[in-house]
Amino acid sequence: MNYELIGISVLWLFLYGYLIVASIDFGAGFFAFYARLTKQDHLINRLISRYLSPVWEITNVFFIFFYIGMVGFFPDTAYYYGSALLVPGSIAVILLAIRGSFYAFENYGAKSSIVYLFLYGASGLLIPASLSVALTLSEGGFIVKGQDSVALDYWALFSSPLSWSIVGLAIVSVLFISSAFLTFYASRAEDTGALKLMRSYALFWSTPTIVIALTAFIYLGQHNSRHFQNMMDLWWLLAISVGFFMTAMWLLYNGRRYGLAFICVMLQFFSAFFAYGIGQYPYIIDPYITIQNSATSPAMGLALIIVFVGGLCLLIPSLILVFRLFLFDADYVKGKH
Amino acid sequence: MGVDTVFWSKLVTGMTLGFHAIFATLGVGIPLMIAIAELIGVRKQDPHYTLMAKRWSRGFVISVAVGVVTGTAISLQLALVWPNFMKMAGNVIALPLFLEVFAFFFEAIFLGIYLYTWDRFKNPYIHCLLMIPIVLGAGMSAVFITTVNGFMNQPQGFVMNAGQFTAVNPLQAMLNAATFSKVFHVLSSAYLTGAALLAGVAAITMLRKGVTPYHKKALKLMMGVVLLFSLLNTLAGDVSAKFLAEHQPEKLAAGEWHFKTEKGADLILLGFLNAEHEVIGALHLPKVLSFLAFGDFNATVTGLDQIPKEEWPPLLIHYFFDAMAGIGFALLAISLLYFLFVFWKKRNELNKWLLRIIALGGVLAFMGVELGWFYAELGRQPWIIRGYMRVDEAATSSPNVRILFFFFLLLYIVLGIMCVLVLRRLFNNNPPEVEMEKWAKDKRNLTTEEGEHA
Repeated sequence: MNYELIGISVLWLFLYGYLIVASIDFGAGFFAFYARLTKQDHLINRLISRYLSPVWEITNVFFIFFYIGMVGFFPDTAYYYGSALLVPGSIAVILLAIRGSFYAFENYGAKSSIVYLFLYGASGLLIPASLSVALTLSEGGFIVKGQDSVALDYWALFSSPLSWSIVGLAIVSVLFISSAFLTFYASRAEDTGALKLMRSYALFWSTPTIVIALTAFIYLGQHNSRHFQNMMDLWWLLAISVGFFMTAMWLLYNGRRYGLAFICVMLQFFSAFFAYGIGQYPYIIDPYITIQNSATSPAMGLALIIVFVGGLCLLIPSLILVFRLFLFDADYVKGKH
Repeated sequence: MGVDTVFWSKLVTGMTLGFHAIFATLGVGIPLMIAIAELIGVRKQDPHYTLMAKRWSRGFVISVAVGVVTGTAISLQLALVWPNFMKMAGNVIALPLFLEVFAFFFEAIFLGIYLYTWDRFKNPYIHCLLMIPIVLGAGMSAVFITTVNGFMNQPQGFVMNAGQFTAVNPLQAMLNAATFSKVFHVLSSAYLTGAALLAGVAAITMLRKGVTPYHKKALKLMMGVVLLFSLLNTLAGDVSAKFLAEHQPEKLAAGEWHFKTEKGADLILLGFLNAEHEVIGALHLPKVLSFLAFGDFNATVTGLDQIPKEEWPPLLIHYFFDAMAGIGFALLAISLLYFLFVFWKKRNELNKWLLRIIALGGVLAFMGVELGWFYAELGRQPWIIRGYMRVDEAATSSPNVRILFFFFLLLYIVLGIMCVLVLRRLFNNNPPEVEMEKWAKDKRNLTTEEGEHA
């Protein structure tokens, strides 16, 4: 296998990792705020902050990791995305900055205030929306290429049903993934109040997730038939995804095996996400950038892969350590440490 | 009328980096201080030092948060504001950027563990050990990112072919001629600044609330670190000056207002420039520049007359250089003075004036870092990749960059104010003595509880 293919597969895997951990984080912020509004915060806030406090920084690094890997393996993407995304990208940066720092201010510093919580909750939904613009752009048709400049066609972007359905999908997926995870976390903490609340959120957000996913898929067919056709050829991956979704719903509905239910949700998104990614091959931005024509020099590609393998040998044990200490240590989850 | 996008691009990036540098320096420097304090606390079984580590790490998280988000901002701005630069240089600098993220990832994981496992291990050394990956991760991310800056100053490790970097050798690009002196200077100044800040905080607290054993110990420990790292930092500065003289003479010449190439060049301190580029009212130290640059009072130092005028860095950087170097020596002098007072029994090292100067030293250290970066970055204008790409070829062409400048400005103002307010609230109403007492009480309760169970 050539290095650019390894590169894009690794990056896609990391983007998937970010999708899961960031969704948990973003959704938790929204639920914390919503629960405060509906006066149910006493049920879940402690639970949420117990999970998030040790890991919020790690979540952030996943994103940087993907971004640096992308411009490393495919420097041309930096030029296209960089030029086109100046405004939406900067908005995402500002939102991430507000969110990250205010989380730390509240949890390690000052007392909790509704303003912080609002900023935290609202940014949690706006960030996925602004980041999903990058995915929309990759479908082509939103970038205007001039003589020696690249710009974003805002009108095309805002008037496209595809871009809105992708934004919608990003938001509801965040809420669904997050509530499924927090349901599992609450069940580990043996916290019945939180469990009941989070389970109801998870069940509620499942329907819009699947409906908007279908809608986005249909609009994708109208916008980029090549990508759509490729995904149709991978129908079995999509079918597996739906299968996992049904299993997760069944487990959640019957109220048992919440850990397995969350794994099913993860696998549901995994198969759909990879069907989407494989279907896009070989383009990174249709039609300007393909994986082959934008790849970095072979020496750099090899160096990046070596570093990547070496880095993972350090990272994976450390991540396992974090999870053992804060996710699978029943005493910690229950709040005894 | 078109917006000058190059100007605004420079401004956005300069502002972000200037703001980030404060927190990045803390992020590199403070972990070492926490590690030292905790280790001494465990070895001497002195709870004061353990409390120091605890309190410092609490404040540290707040600064890390701001450092992380501004770091995210600058890394994305590399592509958003300088797309042409990333397209060209991405081939060569991807490796150190990637490595930096790994180092940071590593640090982030262990910082999360460190903060939440204070009482989880029976053996106190295990918790100490967690500081190793944090100190290493923080230091290494500084090393890697500095190699990128080194590359932009001293590009190496590629062949230029039709306007593109080809035959890239990533390791050679990282280990360019500028890397060693830069890394040395960045690390030594970060540790120096971290220690000077914590010493300054202890000094201010003693000035306001009187001398306490906790703050006395903190001050002495940190002044020791300041002394050590000001010595190393002076050495690092000297190494950097010698590097500049050999490889980047235009930066040294602009910083020193050295117009004519000559043997036995004078070092010029302060002063003004008139319209004809004549130096007025400056202090001339004969032949010192030659000595600083080459270790020889009669060596020839390249002047600006050898450099095409359109490649001159701004001459303003002279002041940045003088101020930065002055601050470095001032910090060394402050720590020497302190220890002189400590060992000279007739003097009280905690007298008000000395404490005031130490407090001032904390602020000066940050100014030194900022001025040093201003000197280094403005000193390579007009290049973004020295000798290969000019800054105006690299900037975005989008006029929106002007509006974004103001959005980011607002963001940094809010973050800066919030950070100060939160830190004040965290420490002001919670002096270490009170915490110490609470701590002891909790321990007593715990032992009596255990006794009842038994």
